[in-house]
Amino acid sequence: MEVSKIDSIIEQYGARESALLAILQDIQAKENYLPKDALEYVSQKMHIPLVRIFRIATFYNALSLKPRGLHKIDVCLGTACHVRGGSKILEKIERDLGVSVGETTKDNRFTLESVRCIGCCSLGPVAVVDGKVFGRLGQDKVSGLLKEFK
Amino acid sequence: MKIRTKNDLEKMREKGLKNLYPKETKVSVGMATCGLSTGADKVYEAIQDEVEKGKLPIQLAQTGCIGFCQREPVVDILEPGKPRVFYQEVTPDRAKELIHRWLKNEVVGDWLLCKMEKEDWIAEDRVQDYPIRQIPKGIDGTPSYHQVPFYNKQLKIALRNCGFINPDHIEEYVARGGYISLYKALFEMKPEEIIEEVKRSGLRGRGGAGFLTGNKWETCRRAKGDQKFILCNADEGDPGAYMDRSILEGDPHSVVEGMIIGAYAIGAHEGFIYVRNEYPLAIQKLLIALQQAEEAGLLGDDILGSGFSLKINLFRGGGAFVCGESTALMASIEGKVGEPRAKHIHTTESGLWDKPSNLNNVETWNNVPIILSRGAGWYSKIGTDQSKGTKVFSIVGKVKNTGLIEVPMGITLREIVYDIGGGVPDGKKFKAVQTGGPSGGCIPESLINLPVDFDRLTEVGSMMGSGGMIVMDESTCMVDVAKYFMDFLKGESCGKCTSCREGTKRMHEILTEIAEGRGTMDHIELLKELGWVTAEASLCQLGGTAPNPVLSTIRYFQEEYEEHILHKRCPAKVCRALLQYRILSNVCTKCGRCAKVCPVKAITGKKKTKKETGEPFSIDAKKCIKCGMCFETCKFEAVEVQ
Repeated sequence: MEVSKIDSIIEQYGARESALLAILQDIQAKENYLPKDALEYVSQKMHIPLVRIFRIATFYNALSLKPRGLHKIDVCLGTACHVRGGSKILEKIERDLGVSVGETTKDNRFTLESVRCIGCCSLGPVAVVDGKVFGRLGQDKVSGLLKEFK
Repeated sequence: MKIRTKNDLEKMREKGLKNLYPKETKVSVGMATCGLSTGADKVYEAIQDEVEKGKLPIQLAQTGCIGFCQREPVVDILEPGKPRVFYQEVTPDRAKELIHRWLKNEVVGDWLLCKMEKEDWIAEDRVQDYPIRQIPKGIDGTPSYHQVPFYNKQLKIALRNCGFINPDHIEEYVARGGYISLYKALFEMKPEEIIEEVKRSGLRGRGGAGFLTGNKWETCRRAKGDQKFILCNADEGDPGAYMDRSILEGDPHSVVEGMIIGAYAIGAHEGFIYVRNEYPLAIQKLLIALQQAEEAGLLGDDILGSGFSLKINLFRGGGAFVCGESTALMASIEGKVGEPRAKHIHTTESGLWDKPSNLNNVETWNNVPIILSRGAGWYSKIGTDQSKGTKVFSIVGKVKNTGLIEVPMGITLREIVYDIGGGVPDGKKFKAVQTGGPSGGCIPESLINLPVDFDRLTEVGSMMGSGGMIVMDESTCMVDVAKYFMDFLKGESCGKCTSCREGTKRMHEILTEIAEGRGTMDHIELLKELGWVTAEASLCQLGGTAPNPVLSTIRYFQEEYEEHILHKRCPAKVCRALLQYRILSNVCTKCGRCAKVCPVKAITGKKKTKKETGEPFSIDAKKCIKCGMCFETCKFEAVEVQ
């Protein structure tokens, strides 16, 4: 990641420790994940030990140290989605894409993850693809949904 | 426009009223996350196209969610001289048709959710009547808003503006009585009087534990320190609860106003709103609201010329459930990992950066302006002895009407599930209601007449939590539910306390054993013991309440556990290891659809055609992965699960 880009993100928040999470989230928004060199640069620039930054990066679910695919699928496994068959939706997507939850497809097209409730419980089971929410899913709707993002 | 005087506020209100009730027809589309997930954006675009193409005399607006999320997308039409109408499950094609019909003074009765003749302005005890001179054709037989079973027991205080205003327009919030309480607080009340009023109202925190809000404020005000913080917990993590999301997306100013009043009462000059990363739309709406409030002089330096200053920052969470706990939330804002600490000293005395800090959740803050404008006397008349006011619940799961409801405390579970929720769909039998998220428990049918308030829910081994109510029917397995929550909690435990980190993991392992048919009767005792240790030895309430889902299901549904253990049977037909799928050859029509959808090709048979009689299909149990695709696909109920 270009140093100038990281600089401008840090500048936006100020090099305060309390801005660390927001800075990491913005880096991830740009790069799709947290590249190691970017974290090393943030560490030097903000005078925060790298180990502390890694601790944050591995603690929060929203942050990823692994590159993600072109499209990100989050299948909701909140309680309401669970009792309406959310895990079956997840398994169907796993089978269709040939990956397990947390993995990225070989063609780098999809990263499949699960999320603990996105607050769309009335319309469960629900999945989010690239930030767009799809409600009232069924196993039969999965293939069509994935095709939209091929 | 900077607001300085009451007159300025009145001017803003007039502007807002023009927006809310224009002279021409106004069509509003509910565009909160629930609306968007069912295609509200496409409906909005379709109407926009149609209006532009035909140069139609229609003003198009966006609004939040009116609570009946199941019926989204919802579109409402308001025209002076006619009743307001709400359409449900609108598609782009339907949207086009219904606006053209409206312009011909017609409605499509079958697509209507309800009509409305008047609007309640709860903030000011006013009713806004729509003067009706013309009745659209086809509206006969459409129920009024309060006649719809979903709405008729509701009293909307927290959700007062959701679905009625455009959250991006501060004027519309002001028009319905917004920021009037702030004015009153700053110029007509002393901080101590505000605290007294909140105490007298009996308001208890809506985030979980139900601590008295006024008392918390008082402790924080009295705490020593030159700098104090005010915080809003919008890290709504309980799966199945989403009232805070809806309030933030549909009425963000109500939370901002509550926080400014609270900050003034406590003596804080800086605040934070900690919002879940999973709520991008709420973040967007809040940022707009904060900016507008600042531009209007309602936030920042010298608010309304009163001399009081407050800055509110928005903090995005990182997707960690434990950060909903107060000390973990504060650690997270400080830039550390979100781990709770022991609370020998309360955060009201030593919280964020060791300064006195007052944290309340979204719904609590949202109630504050109403308490000031309507008075503690009015507010405390609503609800039960120890739980005042209303509570928003998300009623979801196996129930006919799903959505957000706001009801007076003390309403019975029966009224919520049957009268408002319409009971369990598909003729199935009601089994339980799960409340309080992973900290709560499952309440069985025998307690269906329980009045719902903070204390009664705790008494039966569950808790209010943030207000999620997941209805479960006979096809929900209670062992599976307990296992689900342990899986959730073992993943979300921060790992600081051994009891929580290991306890949730071991309980999950044991529940998995039971669900997969390897359970023994000793496991039940072991679960109780592990649950006790986890609760007793953990620092924060994540661990402290973690065993609730296990203990409450054992308490009320032990026979289901025994069925799994002794007879290796899952009565609800959920626990996969104990299931067997087979096709009833005498029912099978030989259509072959099951074989087509089977992902592992475990189904064989011969399809019936015009030339051949075919052979009934059957499942190879060795290959079957029990995904249920055949069961869901078969239209003739030929697939049996045992």
